[in-house]
Amino acid sequence: MTPTLRIAARLLEKPWLWAFAAAFFVWLATIVFTGGQGAAAVLTAALAFGTFSVIVGIGQMYVITLGPGNVDLSIPATMTFAGAASMKIMDTQDSMIFIGLLVALGVGVSVGIFNYALIRLLRIPPIIATLSSSFVFQSAAIAYGRGIKIKPPPVLAEFTTARIVGIPILAIFTVILAVIMAVVLHKTVYGRSVIAIGQNPRAAGFSGISVGFTRFATYVLSATLAGLCGFVLSGFSGGASLNMGAEFLLASIAVVVIGGTSVAGGFANIPGLWGAALFMFLLVTMLNTFGLGAGIRLIMTGLIIISVITLAGGKSTGR
Amino acid sequence: MSEADHSIVRLDGVEKHFGAVHALNTVDLVVTPGECLGLVGHNGAGKSTLMNVLAGTQIPDQGRIVIRGIDSTDGYTVATAKQHGIRCVFQELSLCPNLTVAENARVMHRALTGFGWRRRAAALILRDLDEIFPGHGIASQEIVGDLSIAKRQMVEIARAFSVTDAPADLVILDEPTSSLDAVVAQQLLTFVRRHVAAGGACVLISHLLGEVLSTADRIVVMRDGAVVEVRKASDFDRDSLVTAMGSVAKDGDGAGAAYASKRADGSPKVRARPAGQVEGPDLTAHAGEIVGLAGLAGHGQTDMLIQLHAARPSTRHTHVHGPVALVAGDRQTDGIFPLWSIAGNITIRSIRHLLRHALIDAAAEREMASQWQQRIGIRTPDMENNILSLSGGNQQKALFARALASDAEILLMDDPMRGVDVGTKQEVYRIIRDEAANGRTFIWYTTEMDELKHCDHVYVFRDGAIVADLTRREVTEEKLLHASFEAAE
Amino acid sequence: MIATLLTPRFLRNALPALSLTVLLLAIFYLQPRAMSYFGLNLLLNLALPIAFATIAQMCIITVNDLDLGVGAYVGLVAAIGATWLNETPLLGAAALLGCIAVYAALGALIHLRNLPSIVVTLGMSFVWLGLALLVLPTPGGKVPDWIRAIMTLKTPFLPFTIYAAIGVGVIVHFGLMRSSYGVVLRGAGGNPRSVSRAGWSLLRTKVTMFALAGFFGMLSGLSLIGLTTSADANIALRYTLLSIAGVILGGGEFVGGRISPIGAVIGAMTLTLAASFLSFLRLPPDWQIGAQGGILILVLAFRAVINRAEARR
Repeated sequence: MTPTLRIAARLLEKPWLWAFAAAFFVWLATIVFTGGQGAAAVLTAALAFGTFSVIVGIGQMYVITLGPGNVDLSIPATMTFAGAASMKIMDTQDSMIFIGLLVALGVGVSVGIFNYALIRLLRIPPIIATLSSSFVFQSAAIAYGRGIKIKPPPVLAEFTTARIVGIPILAIFTVILAVIMAVVLHKTVYGRSVIAIGQNPRAAGFSGISVGFTRFATYVLSATLAGLCGFVLSGFSGGASLNMGAEFLLASIAVVVIGGTSVAGGFANIPGLWGAALFMFLLVTMLNTFGLGAGIRLIMTGLIIISVITLAGGKSTGR
Repeated sequence: MSEADHSIVRLDGVEKHFGAVHALNTVDLVVTPGECLGLVGHNGAGKSTLMNVLAGTQIPDQGRIVIRGIDSTDGYTVATAKQHGIRCVFQELSLCPNLTVAENARVMHRALTGFGWRRRAAALILRDLDEIFPGHGIASQEIVGDLSIAKRQMVEIARAFSVTDAPADLVILDEPTSSLDAVVAQQLLTFVRRHVAAGGACVLISHLLGEVLSTADRIVVMRDGAVVEVRKASDFDRDSLVTAMGSVAKDGDGAGAAYASKRADGSPKVRARPAGQVEGPDLTAHAGEIVGLAGLAGHGQTDMLIQLHAARPSTRHTHVHGPVALVAGDRQTDGIFPLWSIAGNITIRSIRHLLRHALIDAAAEREMASQWQQRIGIRTPDMENNILSLSGGNQQKALFARALASDAEILLMDDPMRGVDVGTKQEVYRIIRDEAANGRTFIWYTTEMDELKHCDHVYVFRDGAIVADLTRREVTEEKLLHASFEAAE
Repeated sequence: MIATLLTPRFLRNALPALSLTVLLLAIFYLQPRAMSYFGLNLLLNLALPIAFATIAQMCIITVNDLDLGVGAYVGLVAAIGATWLNETPLLGAAALLGCIAVYAALGALIHLRNLPSIVVTLGMSFVWLGLALLVLPTPGGKVPDWIRAIMTLKTPFLPFTIYAAIGVGVIVHFGLMRSSYGVVLRGAGGNPRSVSRAGWSLLRTKVTMFALAGFFGMLSGLSLIGLTTSADANIALRYTLLSIAGVILGGGEFVGGRISPIGAVIGAMTLTLAASFLSFLRLPPDWQIGAQGGILILVLAFRAVINRAEARR
């Protein structure tokens, strides 16, 4: 094998490759259809909107990597609550932005602690725990952010929508965040512990890994990132709205699955999240460009998720 | 062939391999109506595999299964076995814990359907419970999950003997009395005699030699996957049975070196007492010692190791001084991280010591992996290959390397040599001796007699308690078997 | 006598009914006028569709899976009910049968490929929603008169909803808890290996339970539009989470085939009442969902305490 071939072979093994390839082809199909018009604009939009799925997707990916039964259903409620709370505290004042960010992150940390407390104290599966807490926090968000939609401080709004040579600043920051989280995943004791627990929790315990603490930290991490996402999304979309988190329950899980992370746990990759987020947005754009309605778009999205999991996911039971 | 025609089941030259391990080695077996066949042998002798073949849950690699004189080898499954009246009570619970006693009977019997099936199911299971275990105190509407282990076992046994459309000609009982008290166990054995007298047949597997001697008509002794003796029960007594089960004494390569106590100086690294044990000796281990845990499988040795592992540094009955690492025996559930490379599997226990600027140092990881590849001889072209690319023996070496490469001063080993080839074993024994000489403490649960000869002290477990504490000088196969089998008989 | 009433098992089984009673009493105390035909009707109006959705979810949970798409599915049924079923009843009925067949196929796919049901049903939620938007792009449609007639039936003594809910609970109870094949279906959740060793097809059990889920999801959608008189693709998205909560509130366990159909119906009613309860407390309706979550946590906490007491015995 020549070195180039070997590099190509190595590349083909990368689980995130397919998400990027799919995103690229969908983008190509779109611009072929439009005759090259708006090719860059579509990419810019994809980067901007993909950012939010990636932020929550990172948290969800860490949780899912903990192994079967682990999933965070409280992400939408956390986003909404964090967005509403921070917008209200900042009250459109630029000087309060930092405080607002702290509030959003604080909301996330609290939700995470609450989630894990439920899991541990009530000994219930994480799905039920995060489901129940999502009810509570969704309500808290509604009650707290009632009434008029509070606008974000101008500087925050400007920052979240600003671009450098066509690239959204937010996307650049999220890429940096993704890189950091990838390093955490592969290069720190905590990240290794998450992956180890996802593969074999008993063996992890016998290998001196603190299973309880790792799970706790992971649920807090997921909720904190949801809080952060609620904060920037509120800035981006001109204020917190009560259903702004809704689509991110599905989106956060979808980007994890399409991005090549194993739903059975123990195997994760960050780049795939970006590939999947871009793909999901570009797919919708392509179907839009083709003049297809919302119905077809949703059906396609769903079928793609199922196909990906069927092809990549389970092992045959051999019966 | 009048004998063949007469038999319920005949196995001809059945073989079964798991990888390199011969679980069954050309086994012949006949079960005829009206007899109870006792099956004894030490751990790993092949009893359970043989029964799984009979019950249709495992397919033999070689040999014939003949049922009532008809060759049924091809396509022999659980359904075939059931149809021919062959039932099995497995060691692990195979009832549905969410269903009631009567409903569990229904799952077994397709014929229990239509109007009034609940009444019929309840009557069926109660009839058999009453017949086998008079005064059992189990109601047919109780949820199985709410029952004690003993009662579940009773339901399971009664279910195996219950008859609707298919007969129950041959019932295989694999350690049926392990969770029953003496009175209930005696009820079962008495019933087995009645069942047999009525023309049925039973295979009784038990580690309680007394009950096999008193209940069985014939006794089959297995050793190393082969049948070594078949005789009438009356021709055996305890001693001759124990002798038949033991393997031919082999001389370990210098393993039996003279015993010299390492306990003269210093305080013990480990002192512990099994959770359920009231009196009797504590387990003690000093620096540089290799301590063996012996006895039959599942008598509390693994629990002891888990207790030691969880007790860092100390709890009331468990004192552990120094870092601990565990070498798993059940590789798939307790040891391997199946998605990782060999190197990743080795370094995981030590990553805290491989940090540079708070990040895991890849170079140091590679270094550790390649160093241990050489020291322990893991046969692979590349330590970055997936762990599952290795043979079982080499996977086990990687798990040893994980523990040995760590800072652990005390190494717990949970029967780690299961299914490992002889060559690998010898290499690992050597490393264990070297490491012990360097001052590390080994606590080694093993089911293999030969391995106990490497130990300075051997603690024999029975029913979750330590029943004997032998020094290397005192360890003989016979002593161990007697200590292991001498239960409340 | 008291001693048997306080055993952990009895307490655990009585918990769903107990929570419903406490909630009902609290409502009657706060608003005595609710204790009337009209009051009950108003309180429990929406309980029936939620009860159907909860039963659908329970069927899936029985075989250790989870359906994250049931809400969207109910929306699709509602959309079909308010359009095709009204205009061309045959086409409508065929479409609904097709939906149930898809559910059955999902069960087969999940079993044969050993897939995580969460992800598959999540993907299906997109598909259901998309189909619903194709059938009914904007909210509206017209509900067939017969559905409307059934749902607004004036029954003696108690509102129709209560009779129907009790009926559903009892029928499913007989189907799953008392029938001989129901035992096998639940056994497949409790110990699949043992059930397959006894010669039953696990594929068949899974397909049956998924098809049943599709059937009860359909009833949920149809009963819902009977009350609302028009449909909307997004009408029932909340039902996914509500139905899971209902099963758990009703005493069902997440894995292991431990379910209770009557409990599930009670759980659904409890959730419906929890929403109404707040308005009687003069709390803002914002806390509706929060109250549902709060009750869920409370009941789970009670159950944890009971289980711990049992473990100590």
